[in-house]
Amino acid sequence: MKLPIYMDNHATTPVDPGVLQAMLPFFTETFGNAASRNHSYGWEAEQAVETGRKQVAKVINATAKEIIFTSGATESDNLAIKGVAAMYREKGNHIITAPTEHKAVLDTCKRLEKEGFKVTYLPVQKDGLIALDDLKAALTDKTILVSIMAANNEIGVLQPLREIGQLCHERGILFHTDAVQAYGKVPLDVQAMNIHLMSISAHKIYGPKGLGALYVRRKNPRVQLTPIIDGGGHERGMRSGTLNVPGIVGLGKAAELCLQEMPEESKRLAALRDRLKEGIMSQLDEVYVNGSMEHRLPNNLNLSFAYVEGESLLMGMKDVAVSSGSACTSATLEPSYVLKALGVGDDLAHTSIRFGLGRFNTQEEVDYVIRRVVESVNRLRELSPLYEMAKEGVDLKKVSWSKG
Amino acid sequence: MAYSEKVIDHYNNPRNVGSMPKEDPNVGTGMVGAPECGDVMKLQLKVNPETAVIEDAKFKTFGCGSAIASSSLATEWVKGRTVAEALRIKNTDIVQELSLPPVKIHCSVLAEDAIKAAIADWKKKAATQAAESSALPKA
Repeated sequence: MKLPIYMDNHATTPVDPGVLQAMLPFFTETFGNAASRNHSYGWEAEQAVETGRKQVAKVINATAKEIIFTSGATESDNLAIKGVAAMYREKGNHIITAPTEHKAVLDTCKRLEKEGFKVTYLPVQKDGLIALDDLKAALTDKTILVSIMAANNEIGVLQPLREIGQLCHERGILFHTDAVQAYGKVPLDVQAMNIHLMSISAHKIYGPKGLGALYVRRKNPRVQLTPIIDGGGHERGMRSGTLNVPGIVGLGKAAELCLQEMPEESKRLAALRDRLKEGIMSQLDEVYVNGSMEHRLPNNLNLSFAYVEGESLLMGMKDVAVSSGSACTSATLEPSYVLKALGVGDDLAHTSIRFGLGRFNTQEEVDYVIRRVVESVNRLRELSPLYEMAKEGVDLKKVSWSKG
Repeated sequence: MAYSEKVIDHYNNPRNVGSMPKEDPNVGTGMVGAPECGDVMKLQLKVNPETAVIEDAKFKTFGCGSAIASSSLATEWVKGRTVAEALRIKNTDIVQELSLPPVKIHCSVLAEDAIKAAIADWKKKAATQAAESSALPKA
């Protein structure tokens, strides 16, 4: 077993060796520009790109022509939301999203608000899911876009895409979903779910960093986007710039592998995840699961360890790579805004740890992580004045703290 | 975040972890910070009433590695000093000793506050006691 153990697969994943093999020839041998129409270098590159497009589309029951390649999902989110906003401004100026979205969606919406758009941030329930009645109530004649993520990057909860898509379809409103964490992990079908735009990232599915895609529906309805990058008119005019051929080959191969392995792999990951959860929770008291366990990615676990600050816990498990919702680990010094939106108090948000299992994790690693977590939490609770007070029966909520 | 070796050492081998009886008239308890801010320090000092020398110190901390290290260091530094000397410990001394980065300076501030709060608590107790003992003979 190699240390440190990588269990942060929501942040990024290693490139699968099969994906790397597929990419390599496109750096040195088949290095042509896919837009070169008059020699075989260009044709071969173009062919590789079209194969990649098909592979990416197949995972979500789309057609190859509906896939636009980008530099990553942050760009895809920006293009989808800003592109719709600019193109459909005449039709309306209202966008609906949720406070638990990725910053690429939230900050894009914030910018649009400055430009005169109205944005509704639907509340999420305790389990992290939006309520369909809230969405229904928020829709207006001016609503042009609903952007709700498929799976959350911190707590892994799966939003009811099919129901959201149905509502949007009935009202003639476009539906964008950031599917970065869900794509290739759980079944997604843009037809059955009435999805019009979907953001995809390569490096979350064992592909390379720096490559993403946006699904843009071509029929019923045909979605049009105003580009945010001007240039040579690549990608149906929606995203100019010479295509990253090796990256596209990698994303295509990664997508193909995920689709092949999904039925088996999702079961394997769910079993490992449940083993991790049981192993920890059977040995420690006052551990809380953040977000719905029922509607959740098979590879995600997010736990709050009451009375133990998250960063100190990470520090105690140097040989385990996971992440925390603690303020101390964020650039902003604020605890996780996702957990806050669920109504998790700041006190518990500071104690949260996200486990992201992946293709290369083994049961042996899970068992090791269980031991390290239990050891570290017990040690830090011995050090924690809050744990001591709680054991003495003090209600921590009623203590008047000096806020430093 | 990369930690200094001293922070890691205090985190791995915290000095003077524990609690002393709060009711003890010679023990001053300082509790600073708040759970929702991600830092709570409890610092306790046992003071010799004759000499005002801090004979023992204990801490418990909920917080990041730097917070744990700051309070652990604080207990080391106050032990053997008089109350007046302990009050002269500045958060900047802690920052320097532990090489804390700017985002962790608040941990050192909290440790200084904890020392001050513990001493204030002890002084309050001592004053009450003095008042009581001077009141006793008359009763």
